[in-house]
Formats: sequence, structure tokens, C-alpha cells
Amino acid sequence: MTVKPNRAKALTMVALAVFAVSACSSSSATTAPSTAPTTAANPTTVASAAAADTHKATTITVGVLRPGATQEAVDALNAQIAQFTAKYPWITVTSVEYNWTAPTFAAQLAGGTLPTVFNIPYTDGKGLIAQHQIVNIDSRVKKLPYADKFNANVLVNGQDDKGAIWAVPYDAYGMSLTYNRTLFKQAGLDPDKPPTTWDEVKADAKIIATKIPGVAGYAEMATQNTGGWQLSTATYARGGRMEAVDAKTGAVTATVNNQQTKDALTWLKSLRWDDNSMGATFDYNWGSINADFAAGQIGMFTGGSDLYTAMVQNNALKADDYGITTIPLAADPNAGVLGGGNMAAVNVLTTEDQRDAAVDWIDFYFMNKLITQDGAVANAQALKANNQPVGVPSLPVFDKATYDQSQLWIKDYINVPVAQMTPFTSKIFSQPLVSEPRYNTQDLYAALDPVVQAVLTDKNADINALLDAANVKVQKIIDTPAS
Amino acid sequence: MSSRAEPVTAASGVRKRRGLLTWVSRDGLSTFAFLLPLLLIFGTFSWFPIVRSFVMSVQHTNLVSPPTWVGLDNFATVLADPLFGKSIANTIYFALLALIFGYPIPLVLAVIMSETRRFKGLYSALAYLPVVVPPVVAVLLWKVFYKGGPNGAFNSILGNVGIGPIQWLGDAAMAMPAVVVEATWAAFGGTVIIYLAALLSVPPELYDAAEVDGASILQKIRYVTLPHMRGILFITLILQLIATAQIFTEPFLLTEGGPANATTTVLLLIYQYAFGSSLGGHFGEAAAISLMLAAFLGVFTAVYFWLTRSWSTES
Repeated sequence: MTVKPNRAKALTMVALAVFAVSACSSSSATTAPSTAPTTAANPTTVASAAAADTHKATTITVGVLRPGATQEAVDALNAQIAQFTAKYPWITVTSVEYNWTAPTFAAQLAGGTLPTVFNIPYTDGKGLIAQHQIVNIDSRVKKLPYADKFNANVLVNGQDDKGAIWAVPYDAYGMSLTYNRTLFKQAGLDPDKPPTTWDEVKADAKIIATKIPGVAGYAEMATQNTGGWQLSTATYARGGRMEAVDAKTGAVTATVNNQQTKDALTWLKSLRWDDNSMGATFDYNWGSINADFAAGQIGMFTGGSDLYTAMVQNNALKADDYGITTIPLAADPNAGVLGGGNMAAVNVLTTEDQRDAAVDWIDFYFMNKLITQDGAVANAQALKANNQPVGVPSLPVFDKATYDQSQLWIKDYINVPVAQMTPFTSKIFSQPLVSEPRYNTQDLYAALDPVVQAVLTDKNADINALLDAANVKVQKIIDTPAS
Repeated sequence: MSSRAEPVTAASGVRKRRGLLTWVSRDGLSTFAFLLPLLLIFGTFSWFPIVRSFVMSVQHTNLVSPPTWVGLDNFATVLADPLFGKSIANTIYFALLALIFGYPIPLVLAVIMSETRRFKGLYSALAYLPVVVPPVVAVLLWKVFYKGGPNGAFNSILGNVGIGPIQWLGDAAMAMPAVVVEATWAAFGGTVIIYLAALLSVPPELYDAAEVDGASILQKIRYVTLPHMRGILFITLILQLIATAQIFTEPFLLTEGGPANATTTVLLLIYQYAFGSSLGGHFGEAAAISLMLAAFLGVFTAVYFWLTRSWSTES
């Protein structure tokens, strides 16, 4: 049989076109359903035939290590993953780097690239739940033996209006004053007697900046929503609040231009422009202020009480440098410590099996160490074996008695400089803890970033005008219905 | 009527079949087959996002929950945002500074380099080197140079002559010029190479003739070089204006739009709307600004071409 050249060419082209289309569709088929359960189980994890009979092999990704974590931190996590897969042989756990920041989280959320299990701050819980951007894991969490033991004030951050659990709180912190003990000594200050009032903080900052050239006596975060976060902390400590809720109507009013916020900014302005004790960097975010603190460039700053772990894992902090105390509270009866924390949530782009496995991981990795002796000891052993911090100060997720008990379980493994943390741990439990602004929290913080930046970079910044403009902006955000 | 219509339809059907076969046999299908990957790639990564942004600009969406139709509300929201006006002013300021610093410097350098007789290749390579450095690396490098304390690179140098320390990025008045200087440094190499290529196209006899007429070097540039480079200058100017209107990487990495929004450009504002809130939810507003920017640049380019049509080399 002979075929005319033109027709042969046409047939070849048809074949090529069909091949191209099928190739494209098959390649998309392999990439699109990333949520499909894997069919091939990791041979090392298939230890139990019974388990394999009753459970489908499932793979989950967990985002618990920040980018740049040390090899020791990776090893510690791998040890914990090994413990987990020994208990749940049908689940394969893959660790991916993850660090919550407002802009990267929004991009990952929209792009569907979040890990199966990830952490979110308390401030994001309500918004994500309202928009169904995380999974309702209520029925799964309720099966856990400690489901009814959570501190109600903490759990509420991960619940919807009807009380269903969408995210599991696993740590809580109070804001603290972190200070460099080595710099204190160099400046002739007593590191065992850190400042207890804002005036003392100001005075000590000036001494450090004057006696140690090139070092900031006091530094402030100001970008990626952290400026608003820290300004809220300073406002709370002076007795102010950023939002007011009408008890009868439930209407939310922005109050970021309150007197205490003005006082906090005036205090900051004086440190920057009168005392010149804030160094030369005014665009710090959470990561960069940790890095500069660990590098010995900062005398004091306000941040979470749980920063020690991050600074050891990512910034090679020298333990001797680290000091932490409670932030000064004004005599105002409303003065309190801004408290926050993190919750574990599950990606909506998951199968039911993956959601089951995700809650198993949350139970094992985040919660067991808080509530069971075996979990606490196993976690502490894995961390200590890899030179990771054990015993970093935090606040109770359940009740104070459970927290104290968990600290007793791990007391033989504690390797953090406990004595250097005493100024904080000895007082924090007697201070009133106040939740972060509840409505549009991150938007509120974002609106205040430029205000903090203006005060730090413009000697003539008009605090009243800046706060009034920010208040209008925040109110508008609060009044805008969520999508 | 119907009985007469049927044969016509049948005939046209035959013509269509013949047309299809002819099209296939005359390489129409092979052309399409070769075009298909291009169409798929461009369609997926260029045209679809453009169409999607049109749709998103009239929606309230967080890309996870079902979107809701909001008409022109997103446009109204961003137009009422005081930061929108400020970002436009900042972008114009950036474009102006970039034009002052970034437009003449490559031209002057190209002319000087074309006049040099030795090491021309080396000078070209040195001029082009900043373009080879990845933008993120270059910006982070400049961030170290711009460090505000007395131990910052620039401040250390200036400190030797008793100047500073200067808050390069921590002062609202200094931040934008600092961003422009970095952006100019990063981009001028490419423009220099274009100008050098254009300079080669100027017939050397014209320079010889000008020299015989006793023209100075400046007169040669004024009456020989520049008239021959009008077309290139015209194109690089419009490309630079479009690029400056879309400036993002430098202010994003150097200042994050600060201090106090002093370097928040239009593109940075789009980013802030889209990703500033960890919950997303403002993608519609971001798409609305993007469309307005695209429309403005389209109109601006058309008007620019129309106003400057007499400058073209063909005229």
C-alpha cells in the first residue's frame, strides 16, 4: 500500500498532535491531584500487617521546621517522625520547611501549596474558619482523651461560633522583654536585675547605646505587621486597647488612637530622637530582629517568651547572652500582657485519610508532650539528644496544674539556662494575660506598621495625626464584610 | 424555499470537506501542530491570567471560597484609598529620578566606550556585569552597603571624611533616591550594550566628513551620533518608562515600601492588597489596580508613539 507524501505528512502531524495533547493531559493528571493518597507505602514503615489491613497508606506533609534550621534540628525532627511512623506505620510523614509570615501565608493559602499540617497564630483562626480555608476537625479532635481539658480562653481561638474545633492550640506565650545579658554586663548593668518600668528600660537602653557604640540599646520591630503587633503590646501594658466591642449590639469600634498608644509612641520617639538609643535599623521584622539580637547587636526588645528555640535553631544564639523578663505593666487596672500562641491546622486540599493522619500527627507531635508523661519524655529526649532546647518558657494550653506537671516530667532533660529566665518565669503567672485584638487582627497590625515606622524615621512625625488616620483605616477594614 | 435550500447546504458541506482536506494536505495541520505547544503555554501562563485578572477585578475572592460578584466596588475601594494616590506619586517620583539618573548615564558611557580604542571588550563586560548578578543578590548586597549605622559600607567611607552616618533607607527623604541608584546600577549595563550596538550602525564616513568639516567631539555627537540613534533612544525611553511604572523588586527587598510608605509604588501596593493580609481576601482590589495600571500604560504608550511619531528614523 502506498501513501501520498502529503497525506503521510498529514497523518504524521495528526499523530503528533494527538500525542502532544495526550502528553499534556497526562502530565497535568500527574501533578494536579496532589491530594490523592499514595498507593505505595514506605516499606520501612509497613511493620504491622494488621494495621495495613485496616488503614490505607497515607502520606502527609508537615511544616514544623523553619527555613535555615540547623542539621541538629532536622535530626531531632527525623527522630520524632521515626517514633510517629513506628506508632502509625501506614502514615508516611514528609517534612517541608514552613514559617508563618503574613504575606507568604496568604500566597501559600491562595496557591494551595501549604503543607498538610501547618501552624497559624491565634489571630488568624477566626478569619480562616469563617472563610472555610482550613478543615473542620471537630469530630476527630473530640475523640482525643484530653479534648475537654483545653483552657477555654485558649481553645476559643480555634473554634467557630458554634464551638466546633477547626484548629488545635498547642502553645501559648506572653509578650516579654528579651535582653542581652552580656551587653548588660559590658554596659555596667546588672543582668540579674533587668528593668521593671518603661522609664528604667529607657534609661538602660541609653546606657547600653552610649557605652557600646554600634549597638542598639533598645530595638523595635516595624515591618510585616510586627510594628502593629508590638505597638499593641506596648498599649496593653499601659492599659489601652485597640478595639472596643459594644456589649449590646456587638459592634466593633477601632480605638488605635487611644491615649495609651499615643504614650507608647511618644516613649518610642523619645528613645529614638532624644536619647539616640535605638541604633540604626528601623525596619526590623520577627526574623531579622532575632538575628541581630543573637548577633549581639541589640540590648533589649519586646517579643514572645518562646523565642529562645527559634534563636538557637536559626541564629546560633549563645545561651549566656539570653535574658528574659516580664514587660513592665503600668498601674492602670486594665494593664496586661498581650498573649498569643500558635495552633495546628489542616489544609483543605486533603483527603479524608490525610485529615485523619493529620490529626494523629497533631496529637503525637504537638499535644502528647503537653499532656502525657510518655509524650513529654520522648519529645524531650529527642530534642536533647540533638542539642535542641528543652524547657523554654511558655504558658499553659490546658490548665496551670497540667503545665506544671509536664515541666516536672521533663525536668531531667531541661537544657535551657533556666536561671536566666527566672525574671520572666517568676512573675508571668501573676500578670493578667490579655488576648490580641480579636477582629481583623493582622490588618490592624498592618495599618499600624507605617505609624511605627514614621515615628522611628521622622523626627517631626505627628503621632496624633498618624493614629487618627490609622484609626479611620482600621475602622473601614472592620466594617468591610469578609469575603 | 426549503427544497431549494438543501442542495446549497449540501454543496457548501462538500466545499467545507474539501477545504478541510486541502488545509490538512497543504501543511495547515502541521502548522497547527507546531503552533499548539506555543498556544498551550502562552494560553496557560499569559492569556489565561490576563483574562482571570479581568474577572477577579469584579469579584470579591480569596481564591479558596466561592467568589462573589461585586461589580465595580473594587475599583471604588482602591480609588478611595489614600495610599493609592501616594503610590502613584511615589511611582512618578521614582520614574522621574530614574529618568534623570538612568537615561543619560548609559548613553554617555556608551559614547565614551565607543570612542575608546583599547580594552573595549573589557569595558563592555564590566558595564554588563551588574546585569549578570541576580537581582535579589544585588539588592541584598546594596542593603548591606546602605546599612544605616556608622559601620555600614557607604557610611564607613563617608565617615572618613566626616560625613554621616546617613540613614539611606531609614529616612523617608533618602529612601527613594537610594532605591533609584540601586535600580539604575542594576539595569544600566543592558542599555549600554544596546547603545553600543546602535553606535556601530552609524556610518564611519559621517564622522570622517564631520572631522574634515572641523567638528568637535560634542558637535559630532550632537549632529551625527544622536540623530542616528533617535529610534533606539525612543524605544529605550518608552521601555524605561514602562519598567519604572512596574518597579517592584527593589523597593520590596530594600524597604518593603517604607519607611512610612515613602517607597510604596503602585506594584508594591498591588502586592500589599493581594498578600498584605495573611487571610488574603483582597485579590479583587489587587486585580483592579493591575488593570488600571495596564490600561494607563497602554494609553500612555499609544499617546507617546503618536506624539513622537515624527522622531522616528523613517521620517
